[in-house]
Amino acid sequence: MPLALQAKGVTKTYGGVKALTEVDIDVRAGEVLCLAGANGSGKSTLIKIISGVETADAGHIEMDGVDVGRPSVTDSIDLGIQVIYQDMSLFPNLTVAENIAMSARVKAGRKVVRVQDARATAERVVERLDLQLSLDEKVENISVADRQLVAICRALALDVKVLFMDEPTTALTWREIDSLSRVVEQLKADGVAIVFVSHKTEEVFMMSDRITVLRNGVVAKSGAASEFTPDSLIESLLGYLPSEERQLSALPADATTPALEVHDIGRHELFEGVSFEVGAGEIVGLTGLLGSGRSEIAEAIFGILPIDTGEIRVAGQAKPIGSVQAGIEAGIGYVPEDRLTQGVILEQSIESNLVAASLDKVSRRAGFLDSARMAHASQHAVETLGIKTDNPANPVSSLSGGNQQRVVLGKWMETEPSVLILNGPTVGVDAGSKAVILDILRRTAEQGTGILMISDDVPELVSVCHRVLFVRRGRMDGELEMDAVSPERIRERLDR
Amino acid sequence: MKAYVRRARGRRMRVHELWDRYKGENHETALLLLILALLGVMAIVEPSALTMTFVGDIIRSGIVTLALALGLLLVIISGGMDVSFPAIAIFSGYATITVMNFFGVDGVLWPFLLASIMGLALGSLNALFVARYRMETLIASLGTQVIIRGVLLAFIGSVYISTLPAQLDTIGASSIMRLGNSPVNILVLPVIALAFLVSWMLRKTMFGRSIYAIGGDRESARRVGIRVPSVQVRIYLIAGALAGFAGMVHVVLSRHASPFELVGTELNVIAAVVIGGALDSGGRGSVKGTVYGVLLISLVQNSLVRLGVSSYWHVLVVGVVVLVGVAIQAQASSREARTTRILESMEASA
Repeated sequence: MPLALQAKGVTKTYGGVKALTEVDIDVRAGEVLCLAGANGSGKSTLIKIISGVETADAGHIEMDGVDVGRPSVTDSIDLGIQVIYQDMSLFPNLTVAENIAMSARVKAGRKVVRVQDARATAERVVERLDLQLSLDEKVENISVADRQLVAICRALALDVKVLFMDEPTTALTWREIDSLSRVVEQLKADGVAIVFVSHKTEEVFMMSDRITVLRNGVVAKSGAASEFTPDSLIESLLGYLPSEERQLSALPADATTPALEVHDIGRHELFEGVSFEVGAGEIVGLTGLLGSGRSEIAEAIFGILPIDTGEIRVAGQAKPIGSVQAGIEAGIGYVPEDRLTQGVILEQSIESNLVAASLDKVSRRAGFLDSARMAHASQHAVETLGIKTDNPANPVSSLSGGNQQRVVLGKWMETEPSVLILNGPTVGVDAGSKAVILDILRRTAEQGTGILMISDDVPELVSVCHRVLFVRRGRMDGELEMDAVSPERIRERLDR
Repeated sequence: MKAYVRRARGRRMRVHELWDRYKGENHETALLLLILALLGVMAIVEPSALTMTFVGDIIRSGIVTLALALGLLLVIISGGMDVSFPAIAIFSGYATITVMNFFGVDGVLWPFLLASIMGLALGSLNALFVARYRMETLIASLGTQVIIRGVLLAFIGSVYISTLPAQLDTIGASSIMRLGNSPVNILVLPVIALAFLVSWMLRKTMFGRSIYAIGGDRESARRVGIRVPSVQVRIYLIAGALAGFAGMVHVVLSRHASPFELVGTELNVIAAVVIGGALDSGGRGSVKGTVYGVLLISLVQNSLVRLGVSSYWHVLVVGVVVLVGVAIQAQASSREARTTRILESMEASA
């Protein structure tokens, strides 16, 4: 098969830090190359350089064997390079049809455009991929999974030669991932070169023909997918092999008051009749398909979403409903789904972020902050959580994704909560950081904190949860306990 | 009893669906209903005021606001904010008259053209700061506003010009028709034409769609290949030209030229655009909504005049109207963001 795209000697430095050093990658027409790497290994930077969003300091790109230098965004679109970005890069204020047709419109370069043409373009792509999308709805009103599909459709609205997919499946359910892999097969048959980025090992082996591993900005290993095993892949991208075994934290010997009791809570149009308990020191998984209501239930317990009916008790005490402040005071810690936009203030220092939820513990009586206590508290958190930084005064944005997640965790650990609710704690986190985070959770539970973990990552649920609860269409749908928790049983229930 | 309840619920559903269909992309229908409600209030409180003259007054006071609002609309949709447009407008209008007087020339069409070109040139200052130096749009326009006003007063003139060149003055006195005792000036026509032109541009041109795209997500716009700085430059040039034109309309309608006018009316215009559905976060808004917004502001002001409320109160009332309008818009859009239902409706499950 002919080479479609080659990047040669790509180097990029951000303010003294080398993000990429002399990286060479190539992808052939009609194959799927997996670009693997831990958080901060330089995958996203490499994609941005090839798509022209960032400019490399050195190196060049070749398309079909022709040197195209360092292309701009429009150059790269003209060359047939399309990227499905991790953040999807859609226009929330425009309709699905217009979003899908946007790059095609820009490329066509017409001054006057027609709504019907955009619709026709969109219809063609949606039909080709055999998807169900309401084309006239605005993107801000559709689900995250549908947005991901819109982003995929937009990339395919043009004649694409090389398609980059930066974690395209994070928001998709099994069924949609299945239809995505059919699309990928079809594109391969059409001779499209596909570069695929994913943290999900199973997916990597399901989809890719070849694998190139980036580690700390250099190519660590490259070869046919058959040369790798799941373990050797993780080892080459981390440099070591973390354990992902089912390993449960010890439960307290004597029965104590449950950390969290949820009695028959409901909220109009979202969920109803939801009841469960989380014991002190217990790690309980709450899982369900995307859009099942699992996130809404978590938000309601913490107090972001007010509930209409039911009662919530924290460590035996009834919790006032409907405010975040009440949630914190009752002893609930909440680590949100989207760590970057909800959990941390990126421009602020690691220290201020770590103490942000426990200000009363680091302030003097009059309410002024005690800088010595703040430094002590944040130092403690940095050490116990293993946050990689030389100075807690640096902004959180200076940390890699996995370390940012640790800061969010640390912020809530400092409040010493009775219940810690984690929503997708390791979404977008590499295998190494994931193992560390799960280990921190086990240790936290052993200190008596009840943990409610919302997740659809099956290996992760199996790895730490004493019990797994299922949600379906806003109602509880059974549970698995202790020895019954296994990957097969969880999948079977989710797919039902 | 049960049947009755079901019927009532059924009807509510239908009203709800009707509303969804006709509320308009930016809640324009809500605005129209609000305008009608205000007229209703006026009909009860001061029935004698509801005459054709009243309508004529509203149109008359709305022309300049609309001309100014059209340019601002582009800026706000793109996610920016501009406070320099009244300064650009009065600079262009006043300077054009000064030039005409200095050379002793007269004309009808070319003074409007000259004012627009001046506006375009002044708009290029905003374009420079925003697109080239990536300044925050509000801050950039605060700066240019002061500079433009300073240059106007220091170098062009600070005196009140009480009479316009004869031909221009004739335009100021010519009307296409009369509504009651209120003449409708001929300048309504070019402003309406501009409104249609801007509306077409926003909906049907790649430039217009790019403005919405940038307002929706700037980085995404860049990633699909839209040349963001180039679009921004064109936005600020066009907004400048529209402001220049509006300044001339203002001068001709008021039949005198004073360098101290218009500046201070920013709030009215911003209010009209924002109430018309253009959220300050960008990506939203339409000419139709803006026209309704202008009508609403103009109606409120004229009603206050008719009710004999002191003009000092007008500013206060407009301020309140802005806040209420913006709050309603923000509420409406945040409600829409949470419409995904998980539980099937009670009727379906029963």
